[in-house]
Amino acid sequence: MAASMRLLVRRAVRLSHRNITLTAAGAAARSGCCRGPSVCRCFSDEAEDRSTHFGFETVSETEKAKRVYKVFENVAQKYDIMNDAMSLGIHRVWKDALLHVMHPQPGAQLLDVAGGTGDIAFRFLEYIRLQEERQKRRAARSSQTPSWQDISNNYSTEDESRESRAVVCDINKEMLKVGKQKADSLGVSAGLSWVVGDAEELPFDDDQFDIYTIAFGIRNVTHIDQALQEALRVLKPGGRFMCLEFSKVNNPILSSIYDAYSFQMIPVIGEVIAGDWKSYQYLVESIRKFPNQEEFKGMIEDAGFYCVKYYNLTGGVVALHSGFKL
Amino acid sequence: MWLRIQRLNQQRFVLTAKDCSTFVSAVCVHQLHTSSTEPASSSYNGLYPGHIHTTPIQKALLAVGSGVAALRDPYRHDMVAVLGEATGHFALINLRDRMRNDPEGYTILTERPRIRLSTIDVAKMASLPEGSFGREYVRFLEDNHVTPDSRADVKFVDDEELAYVMLRYREVHDLMHTLLGMPTNMLGEVAVKWFEAAQTGLPMCAFGAALGPLRLNARRLQTLVTSLGPWALRNGLRARFVLNIFYERRWEQSLEDLRQELNIEPPPVILSAAKKMST
Repeated sequence: MAASMRLLVRRAVRLSHRNITLTAAGAAARSGCCRGPSVCRCFSDEAEDRSTHFGFETVSETEKAKRVYKVFENVAQKYDIMNDAMSLGIHRVWKDALLHVMHPQPGAQLLDVAGGTGDIAFRFLEYIRLQEERQKRRAARSSQTPSWQDISNNYSTEDESRESRAVVCDINKEMLKVGKQKADSLGVSAGLSWVVGDAEELPFDDDQFDIYTIAFGIRNVTHIDQALQEALRVLKPGGRFMCLEFSKVNNPILSSIYDAYSFQMIPVIGEVIAGDWKSYQYLVESIRKFPNQEEFKGMIEDAGFYCVKYYNLTGGVVALHSGFKL
Repeated sequence: MWLRIQRLNQQRFVLTAKDCSTFVSAVCVHQLHTSSTEPASSSYNGLYPGHIHTTPIQKALLAVGSGVAALRDPYRHDMVAVLGEATGHFALINLRDRMRNDPEGYTILTERPRIRLSTIDVAKMASLPEGSFGREYVRFLEDNHVTPDSRADVKFVDDEELAYVMLRYREVHDLMHTLLGMPTNMLGEVAVKWFEAAQTGLPMCAFGAALGPLRLNARRLQTLVTSLGPWALRNGLRARFVLNIFYERRWEQSLEDLRQELNIEPPPVILSAAKKMST
């Protein structure tokens, strides 16, 4: 509340300055001087202090980015445990559903933005590995009696196909650190890389990736439209954008149970397990501020994606949005 | 020029009024959105810095959750603290009233002293004569490798004065260790909890006193049951109320003298400040 009061006071002071400058400009114009630059300076100040939401609070945009960073820095160590506790393990089903809809084939290049602890990337690599095994088995079955010529051909073509690669990109170094530790303990390293980057300004060239995913991250981004445009940029033509995010529950009974659970239980679980009530309060509030399924679909279409559709999971608690770059 | 300034003031007033109305409507909207908990913010909108509003259901859930967490890992001091706050409302009222009815306790309530490294002069206290309260307190801090700054903040108490009483209880806990001569290992902590349970009646102390012994090995359990426990309980019931002492003004007082004043017997068993991880 004090933050928004401060914003109001600043805005009032700035507006009064603008009035003075304009009046002075008026006076100066009458006396024949140009006062352009000082007026322009006032307008650029305005842009910096544009406000946005941080949960149910109103903060400036720069402050939101900083506070979101702080939230994830605090929760990083207990992030996976908390996910299991809060969603009663159902988040694994949602992420598996994402992979099933994605149905990646060997050779695919994945960019997982806000990928933090690497859940999507690990599942992607595992899925590809299973696909490759399946393909090998099918090839073995179909070529039961190969000639020596065929066998030697097979050996040479194996390495030529492109290896699938998963890049995990996150703005928060703590989350990436936890992800790397997980990768080490799982023994996964081939085809996996960890990159620090901002979803609104990705450190990749154009037309790089086959699949772009962002799971439970886009609602923390300050400018969602910019993140969507970046997604369009780094995808190859024919590439797929996929987004898992909490969304609106339409069923009123389920909605009231979900609200009660979110606001009563989740901050308590956050306090008991992670010792951090406020971060989890922010998380449940940020879910309420995110646009609903149709609105978000519209935003994805506005960014330039085609064939945008969404699938509701768990009654609308989570929505999987998908679009293509053509 | 005077007219121009007046017009500026009017414009500023109009804009501020409009901003105020949008602010008010934003507040109304966000109160509609918040079902039962208010948003937490760094510039606090609770009753005191760090205050988080909680509904009775949340307090109950916190009590259960923190109790389980504290049992599983007794070194999670933040969980013990949360348990105390979630369950201690009526006991805190009782403590506050006892403080108000005592002249020294009333002074504490009005002056609100804090025991932190920034408010106490540890170097000066270390130079006090042996056997003085201040010197023994510093010895306790050094032997057990603790610091007064490791206490968790009060978050879930819904009254500003009661929150201070809770904080004072928490900060005075180390002084209890010094007065009772108990180290910070499990046995010492349980003994202090028995004393505090008798003194304050806080449910968290009773909980710790009842369930703490479950984590002791047989030998220590025997020591507790035969000598330390009864001594702690006896003294807890007959001693002067420990929150009514302005400890910050008594660093020079001799420890024996203070014990006599508070009606506390010296410990029957001398426990050494054992390694942190032993129970």
